Amino acid sequence: MDEKKPKTELLDELEKGPWPSFVTEIKKATETSPMATDLLGQLELSYHERKGHWKHGGIVGVLGYGGGVIGRYSDVPEQFPNIAHFHTIRINQPSGWFYTSDSLRTLCNIWERHGSGLTNMHGSTGDIVFLGTRTEELEPVFKELTEAGFDLGGSGSAMRTPSCCVGEARCEWACYDTMKLCNDLTQAYQDELHRPSFPYKFKIKCAGCPNDCVAAEARADLSVIGIWKDDIQQDDEAVAKYAAEGLDIQRDVCDKCPTRCMSWNGELTINNRECVRCMHCINVMPKALRPGVEKGAALLIGSKAPIVQGALLSSVLVPFVPQEELFDTIKELISRVWEFWDEYGKNRERVGELIQRVGMANFLDAIGLDPVPQMVTAPRDNPYIYFQKKSENE
Amino acid sequence: MATTITPKRITDIGPPHYEKFLPPVIRRNYGAWKYHEVLEPGVLCHVSETGEKLYSVRAASPRLLSIQTIRLFADLADKYCGGYLRFTSRNNVEFLLEKLDEVAPLKADLAAAGFPIGGTRATISNIVHTQGWVHCHSSATDASGIVKSVMDSLSEYFVEEKLPAKLRIAVACCLNMCGAVHCSDIAILGVHRRPPKIRHDMLAKVCEVPTLISSCPTGAIRSAVVEGRQSVEVIEEQCMFCGNCYTVCPAMPMNDPENDGISIWVGGKVSNARSEPKFTKLAIPFLPNNPPRWPEVVEAVKNIVENYAKNARRFERMGEWIERIGWPRFFELTGIEFTRYHIDDFKNAGLTFARSTHLRF
Repeated sequence: MDEKKPKTELLDELEKGPWPSFVTEIKKATETSPMATDLLGQLELSYHERKGHWKHGGIVGVLGYGGGVIGRYSDVPEQFPNIAHFHTIRINQPSGWFYTSDSLRTLCNIWERHGSGLTNMHGSTGDIVFLGTRTEELEPVFKELTEAGFDLGGSGSAMRTPSCCVGEARCEWACYDTMKLCNDLTQAYQDELHRPSFPYKFKIKCAGCPNDCVAAEARADLSVIGIWKDDIQQDDEAVAKYAAEGLDIQRDVCDKCPTRCMSWNGELTINNRECVRCMHCINVMPKALRPGVEKGAALLIGSKAPIVQGALLSSVLVPFVPQEELFDTIKELISRVWEFWDEYGKNRERVGELIQRVGMANFLDAIGLDPVPQMVTAPRDNPYIYFQKKSENE
Repeated sequence: MATTITPKRITDIGPPHYEKFLPPVIRRNYGAWKYHEVLEPGVLCHVSETGEKLYSVRAASPRLLSIQTIRLFADLADKYCGGYLRFTSRNNVEFLLEKLDEVAPLKADLAAAGFPIGGTRATISNIVHTQGWVHCHSSATDASGIVKSVMDSLSEYFVEEKLPAKLRIAVACCLNMCGAVHCSDIAILGVHRRPPKIRHDMLAKVCEVPTLISSCPTGAIRSAVVEGRQSVEVIEEQCMFCGNCYTVCPAMPMNDPENDGISIWVGGKVSNARSEPKFTKLAIPFLPNNPPRWPEVVEAVKNIVENYAKNARRFERMGEWIERIGWPRFFELTGIEFTRYHIDDFKNAGLTFARSTHLRF
């Protein structure tokens, strides 16, 4: 497909240097797809003009689903006819982003037959992203994907594809089985994932410990973050070995502890009642310290990026759920949250924004949760209290 | 009556179950890992309660991958890992090996194919980023080109562990923040700086006016009749260029090559280690879009990274370092100008005002 190779003097600059180049990737894809050739051409134009050349989506998708496909059209289709349509397909990733080489080849072969041959491994929410195809290819891609055991991810005002860290598959700090929970929740909410029926998007992320490798705290409407309830497991011999090998335990461990709950005088003492389970000491001495054995997760609610009313971090809703009760507790909690959000959420209002608007206390009433001090960093500091009327039977 | 037999359409099966993608060593030790060591940047060794070991080799990726490169990864996984591999939450590719002596030849093959190895512990890992001009309609800049330019300049910090703590960079090409840059050590964020240019000719045909009006966080859009047509007007003093209106209405385009550009934010984190998770804060309100290499952005990020590397204490993340030395010293050390734009004027703005005489000079 060399005859129509576009001139790419600006993009060619981005093939130099030590970091792997996305331009090289697009050029590789031109071996199998004329769409990639036109993408190079349009991108070079964007680099010259310093502006994008994509138009809004419009509704495209597969039969019976309301999401999973993002419509995209070139605004210069006469110049680049092969990318006149350039829709994205989101494919739900397996938990933990594990693959076999055969499963990846199957995906590649489907995408070679039906699209640009370009992907994102992975999109920001976690999906496998197939980047660029025509409307008439959507059904054939979907048919081959489902026959290969894959399904579409979420888009629009729907449950979005849940994601999780590697968890117990390869991490000693996981306080619950993140991959199983993520998979179970994904399977439980297939309808909500594929057929948008919410005021706006709803994301779930499952992190195995407070290090939060999937950014659940910042990026999920429901953040499931593993913690333990009992004492840090401590191996004094291993601690001594770290000290002998030159680790400055006073400076690098004790002085960095946010509650100063540790002391060191040749022996490490932890006041576990004052520990906030931040992970620092465990991160520094993974052979000597480990999370406790009474494991589970904290459930936090409401984080999001700025659009519409400003960015939010998630805040604590349930301080601790034992690992074996996580799935049932989350399902029950979600059903109550969704019921309230369905009724009172405004169009394009995330759960976090709804809570800001109606107040956390009203939200707790609505979902039937009792307030506990772990929900706040401090009680309110203003006296504008909405006292409630005594109910009749009081 | 003739019956046609159509094969049942498969839907709502969800993702494939992860278990069939797990290498045997992981299946045997699932939930039984005891500890791990970083043998060198990019090479992890996890040890299970039974003493079994798993070696993970982490390589950089541009995230935008061709099927040709994915097939190359698949071939490497066959050659070294019994066909098993995974990707990380920061889009690195990881090869999962049972034998230590296979690590060196795999590293050599990856290096020959142009994929640096690193990104563990106190390094700069892969930059999480968005689509930019490659695929997005609302982007104020490209994402992949900035990532490539910044990482070309900082790749030593990916392959060597020479920072006080891990440093996470993210790029989002507009305020939608598909890359959720709002909690990164350094965030590179595309910004628009002019109100939407309203397409009165098409607005009534393609947009629902009440939805459009309510999409504006500051209430800057109101209904108007322009040249006899139903349309809207924007109160320009109230517009902060978020592009939310364009998301719901294609007749409100924001693209403007002269005024679109980049802002730089610092000091956020998601981990709970030591200090609580925190948002990024504004460092530089605007830098020009200067493709293909964005030299002003690369220089600005490098300057911040080098100041952090030189001055922070071991285990201190960017935001923790700045909190210890104070923002005046951060601006002094980096030479970045403090302007009116650094003082918040949106909701809850007062939370970032200095409300004490704990002052540093």
